[in-house]
Amino acid sequence: MTMNMNRRTLIAGSLIGAGALALPRMAFAQGAGQRNLLFVLLRGAADGMAMLAPVGDPGLEALRGASLADYDNALRLGSFFAVHPALAEIAKSAQAGEALFVHAAATSYRERSHFDGQNLIETGGTTPYGTKDGWLNRLAVLLNEGAPAPLRALAIAQAVPLALRGSAPVSNYAPSALPAASEDLLARVSQLYSADNELGPLWQRALETKAMAGDDGLTNLNDARKAGELAASLMRDAGGARIGMIELGGWDTHANQRGAFARSARPLDALLAAYKTGMGGAWTDTLVVVATEFGRTARLNGTGGTDHGTGGAALLMGGGLRGGRVIADWPGLAASQLHEGRDLAPTIALESVLAGAVAEHFRLDPARSMAQLFPGRDAAPLAGLMRV
Amino acid sequence: MMSPASIALGRFGYGIGPGDETVRDPKAYLLRQLDAFDPTPRVVAERVSTRSGTGEMIELLRRVQQDTRRAAAAMPEDAAPMAGEGMAMRGDAMTTENPRAAALAGLPPEYREKLTEARRVLVQDIAVRVNLAITSPAPMAERLVHFWANHFSVSVGKPGTQFEAGPHEFTAIRPHVLGRFSDMLKAAALHPAMLIYLDQFQSIGPNSAFTQRRPRFGGDAPQRPRGLNENLAREVLELHTLGVDGGYSQADVTELARALTGWTVPGLGRAGRFAEDQATGAAFVGLVHEPGARQVLGRSYPEGGARQALTILDDLARHPATARHIATKFARHFAGDTPPASLVARLEADFLKSGGDLASLTRVLIASPEVWTPGPVKFRTPFEWLVACLRLAGVQNLGPQRILGALTELGHVPWRAPSPAGYDDIAASWAGPDALVRRVEMAERIATNVAADNVLARAEAAFPDALSDATRTQLMRAESGRQALALLLVSPEMLRR
Repeated sequence: MTMNMNRRTLIAGSLIGAGALALPRMAFAQGAGQRNLLFVLLRGAADGMAMLAPVGDPGLEALRGASLADYDNALRLGSFFAVHPALAEIAKSAQAGEALFVHAAATSYRERSHFDGQNLIETGGTTPYGTKDGWLNRLAVLLNEGAPAPLRALAIAQAVPLALRGSAPVSNYAPSALPAASEDLLARVSQLYSADNELGPLWQRALETKAMAGDDGLTNLNDARKAGELAASLMRDAGGARIGMIELGGWDTHANQRGAFARSARPLDALLAAYKTGMGGAWTDTLVVVATEFGRTARLNGTGGTDHGTGGAALLMGGGLRGGRVIADWPGLAASQLHEGRDLAPTIALESVLAGAVAEHFRLDPARSMAQLFPGRDAAPLAGLMRV
Repeated sequence: MMSPASIALGRFGYGIGPGDETVRDPKAYLLRQLDAFDPTPRVVAERVSTRSGTGEMIELLRRVQQDTRRAAAAMPEDAAPMAGEGMAMRGDAMTTENPRAAALAGLPPEYREKLTEARRVLVQDIAVRVNLAITSPAPMAERLVHFWANHFSVSVGKPGTQFEAGPHEFTAIRPHVLGRFSDMLKAAALHPAMLIYLDQFQSIGPNSAFTQRRPRFGGDAPQRPRGLNENLAREVLELHTLGVDGGYSQADVTELARALTGWTVPGLGRAGRFAEDQATGAAFVGLVHEPGARQVLGRSYPEGGARQALTILDDLARHPATARHIATKFARHFAGDTPPASLVARLEADFLKSGGDLASLTRVLIASPEVWTPGPVKFRTPFEWLVACLRLAGVQNLGPQRILGALTELGHVPWRAPSPAGYDDIAASWAGPDALVRRVEMAERIATNVAADNVLARAEAAFPDALSDATRTQLMRAESGRQALALLLVSPEMLRR
């Protein structure tokens, strides 16, 4: 059999019969307005102390040693923090006041399993596997209240990540190297699934997203810059997605971290730079939130890497951000100041950062957002993140 | 609704295949497969015996890293990436056209050749796995192989793993799927593939003779800081045995990590000449082993070199938390994303009683009424679906590159899971809008390239007494045999089991 790796071709116009391709909805949710949110999840526990090194802390040298040479010419935020050189574009955005870091932040999770940690940062729950839907989906539910039609929420990934799963309709899309199926087959598949409660709605959303993506000219998501451009193309227009999500892996740097971290950071930097450019005028109304499940150990381990830790860093970017700064209640790096003697101690609840940022961005009530997205927390949502 | 025969074919196996008999007695049909299963078919034995050294590749990489900083920056961790993986994006401008070719171009020729060879070996191993599943007289046993390989998931990327991922499944998983869990645990967790994947191969006891005498082995300390690495120990406890709620502590992780020091890959480094070969294909280097007794889960294990870790693994294999963890995953795979508690309890009890006899566990599964419930209980993963399609469509001996291409587009390449937890085994992870489109595209590809006659009759045979009216109607209305076959391949009956 032949498996030509042709580019996916444009699915245009409408199909006959039950499989009619819905035209992009021009009406959009009241709650979201034209505002956009891109959530970037760094899977594998990105090292916050490498991302944004606390070079002003006298304890850092003893913990990180020779790896600190990487920051010799790196951009400083204040006199205390230096941005990893592989994140140069993000650093430029920070200089321009359109990006900020939150440091020594963690979710309420205090164990060290990636899978439990990712479960919590995606569900927003307080116990692993205790919550079935994702906080981004609950955000879509909040924004859909009273809106004439549900907003588009979209994962740019081959599968819908847990953070986006739930009762609000979501879709996912990733470029494919497979030749597009014939329109006649697509229409017949619509009929085949029409009576199926699970496959029917999934299929309708698939056709809508496919039409939105059009001919992206890509066959995969390997190139970070093009992935960023694709995300922007799916979100910048009136009929586009208001909530988007992208996952990036490669952050579990147990060994030889200097090279490994840079190799994962460069694509993040390229992706966000391309996304920002691609959003064009819509960047003003766009917020990007970058987070990871937990931080890593403060001290380099025996193999030049870091192990699973607690406190870490998060990154916010956007045209409406009060950026150019680092939000931190710095806990210090002396042995007695480390969490359990090994991790950066968390002093800010990551849930407060996420809830505060999206509430201000979408003009939602912060307390209600916190209660819906991250129930069961004492901490108040962070305020004063956006310019408005 | 599924019939008992369609359950035996689909829920337990990979669907109807070439030359499959009519299933008259579903349980007997499954039990016969336990005897028909060949743990070491010739094609597998041939693959494994022709390996070149993994240690050689790692050594080569180390020399490359020392020689050229640029190569080190351009390459390693994800050394031979495959096209189309969503998670590992690359940011270098130089890699926009063909990331792999561009990254390879910057490397010394000897390493480039080795990487090319590694990739070829890996792609061929994947094809062996798929073609075995298509032609096997015991598709249920093949499903077991793939279930356990995912339980002990290794993912290629780190240098050397491309050579070892196939052998990990072929020699550490496959021979044990109807054997003892403890044997599989020791073989799989201590196989070179796992030792590299989870950084064990370079873990060194802080008080080992090697560390104490380091100056004599000298020269490499500044470039290569080395010491204890807890990665494998943590995943053994969290994923392979007890489970995340299995009642272990950080201290247990560290103690197991100390016991595991010395377990490494043959042919590696200056200490390599002191290596003792182990049954798993690994090597044990006493020189880097952390000396002394270890305390794990309240039990003390005296110093015993390589045997110390083996003894701990034996105890972990028969721990009640392990029985519960394994029973839950096994039940979830066959009986639904939220498996019936009664089934989990029965499997758990059998695991404890039989001492982890996996043939017994499989027989208990077949005998359990919960697995024979007529409504479909699972959404097929992309790998399952593709194998079932190829069996149904009569495709045999598909070329390695095509197999890899198809699995890449479906997002389910073997030995490529995004984390040590393996690929997810729930519908929510696979039943997405994009995934459906890809399956439809793939189905049309497959249908274009095979004989597409008698599709309705084949559908009735594939789903005996279980083809829905809605599907039958669409198949009858199709404009051609090929279109009917494509529709059958994406029908609800094919997508679920």
